[in-house]
Amino acid sequence: MSAAASISPGAPLLQVRAVSKRFGEKEVLKTLSLDIAQGEFLTLLGESGSGKTTLLRLIAGFEQPTAGQIWMNGERLDTLPPYKRRVNTVFQQYALFPHLNVRENVAYGLRASSTAKPEIAPRVEAALAMVRMGDYANAKPTKLSGGQQQRVALARALVNRPQLLLLDEPLSALDANLRKEMQGELKSLQREVGITFLFVTHDQEEAMALSDRVALLKDGGLEQIASPREIYAQPATAYTAQFIGQTNVLRAVVRANIAECGALRFPVNAPDGSALFSLRPESIFLAADNPSLSDPVKFRATIRQQFFSGSTELLELHCGGSQLLRARIEARGPLSGEHEFIFSTTDAFQVKP
Amino acid sequence: MYSRLYKLAVSLPPLFWVVLFLLVPYSLLFAHSFWTTEDGVIVHHWSLRQYSELFTNPLYLTVFFRSLRIAASVTILSLLLGLPLAYFLSFHAGPRKELLYQLVIVPLWVSYLVRGYAWKTILGTDGVLNGALQYLHITHEPVSALLYSPFAVVLMLTHIYTPFVFLPIYASLEHIPRPLLEASHDLGANPRSTFFRVILPLSLPGLLAGATFAFVLTLGDFLAPLLVGGPSGTMIANVVQSLFGAAYDWPLGAAISVFILFVTVGLLFFTERLEKRWTFQ
Repeated sequence: MSAAASISPGAPLLQVRAVSKRFGEKEVLKTLSLDIAQGEFLTLLGESGSGKTTLLRLIAGFEQPTAGQIWMNGERLDTLPPYKRRVNTVFQQYALFPHLNVRENVAYGLRASSTAKPEIAPRVEAALAMVRMGDYANAKPTKLSGGQQQRVALARALVNRPQLLLLDEPLSALDANLRKEMQGELKSLQREVGITFLFVTHDQEEAMALSDRVALLKDGGLEQIASPREIYAQPATAYTAQFIGQTNVLRAVVRANIAECGALRFPVNAPDGSALFSLRPESIFLAADNPSLSDPVKFRATIRQQFFSGSTELLELHCGGSQLLRARIEARGPLSGEHEFIFSTTDAFQVKP
Repeated sequence: MYSRLYKLAVSLPPLFWVVLFLLVPYSLLFAHSFWTTEDGVIVHHWSLRQYSELFTNPLYLTVFFRSLRIAASVTILSLLLGLPLAYFLSFHAGPRKELLYQLVIVPLWVSYLVRGYAWKTILGTDGVLNGALQYLHITHEPVSALLYSPFAVVLMLTHIYTPFVFLPIYASLEHIPRPLLEASHDLGANPRSTFFRVILPLSLPGLLAGATFAFVLTLGDFLAPLLVGGPSGTMIANVVQSLFGAAYDWPLGAAISVFILFVTVGLLFFTERLEKRWTFQ
């Protein structure tokens, strides 16, 4: 069966089919399934230990799955050794070869795959130009800054024209400003080359900013996979809601379609019993501002703390019981005491525990 | 911070050591090499006679070049044994790594002399090896060429110096960041290609250190030729020993020593620079 014959239009480039991975007693991935579409920028997001790096290493071929299969372009991938996969990796610490200069590092993959000699030099030059490192072709990696090493690592991977590029927290070693800059470069680079990117990070902001879709991993399982906007607006679980951006998880008791949580009471469409609701801090407003909201709910709360952050301020509210709420309002100077707040019931949506 | 007296007190013992055991002996050696003997008595008469004797008498040059050849053979053989051993231990030994490492090191705790005599019993005409060969009907009478030959010297010294060669190679392999190997595989290089393109270049400092060990130690070795070398396996250190001993020609012995010293120091200087150039991290 040839690869081309088995691809139907719109078929996923990579399919992770019920993959499990154990290290001794520890189950790092639990029957995880995932599709990556052609040309997409997919981010694996999760805390350390969530299994995101393990999944990346399984796809690269550095680890073998305990169970399950990985397919790429209609062909079995997980049975191939890493050097036979059309997948390249940008490593967390870049892993540039210290004994080779920048040009030799970038040419490494082309030489290894015995690409025709006259083809190598121009492709290396083009790759270096793409990441704006042409001037450093003769430098040794140890003489480069973190950002420059990062670019070389990208060029070294991309020059091989992989079908899938794996990026293992490539920005985590950079300082904040450079990180932002490199995020922008990565995104435009991905559009430019049209290669499918699988990006691993623990930074939700980075994931949201870069990705077409975000796959949130928790304890070796897939918690939710959706576009950044969707996962933010409609988190399926309390964990997702808290991990993606900030949120208030309201532990409420529902009786006759009224949820009650401390001093908060709001109408819901849910069966009786205890339930969790997510309410984003930016969905809570000061009632004095008279925001126009549909189905508004008012409540009184005491301001416990106020954190100023430039254009907005974060308020920590106490509204009876043990429930603390966070509200993000427009910057307006110091506030204290009891105030009336308001939110729309449509912004409080139920999440699974 | 520390008083001058204290500094002086601390530096005195090493200074004393260096002067007494290095400076004085080397000066004496150097001086002797420019003196001569007359009727079996050393006369303090400055000349270059010993050096011209050293470079014109074919006996000394023959033995010197034989020593170089033996040193080169031992170096090459112990590299050929030490490198695969270190490679296996560093990359493929798994949980047995520590145990195997100790097993490689254990021979270093056994006296050099004991190991020399062991080779004598193995290689001798009534030795273990000849016994086995005859038992298996591969030979019908003892092979006397095994013992008392340059071959026996090379064999014994390779056995002795392989752990010395193994150690620095192993250390340099252990220092190679493992992500580099993954990066190499990731970029399409198979294990063989990865060995030659990444592992070998990055272990060059260790290889060089090991090779220098084996070469320099063999070049100056005196016990192995004495025990298993025989007349055809005599090395330069044996000549020096006999000149200082039975022949009582200290000036010539000193001249040869100074010559070997310069060869060795020159070699060390060269390999050290090379090692620096090949070290990347």
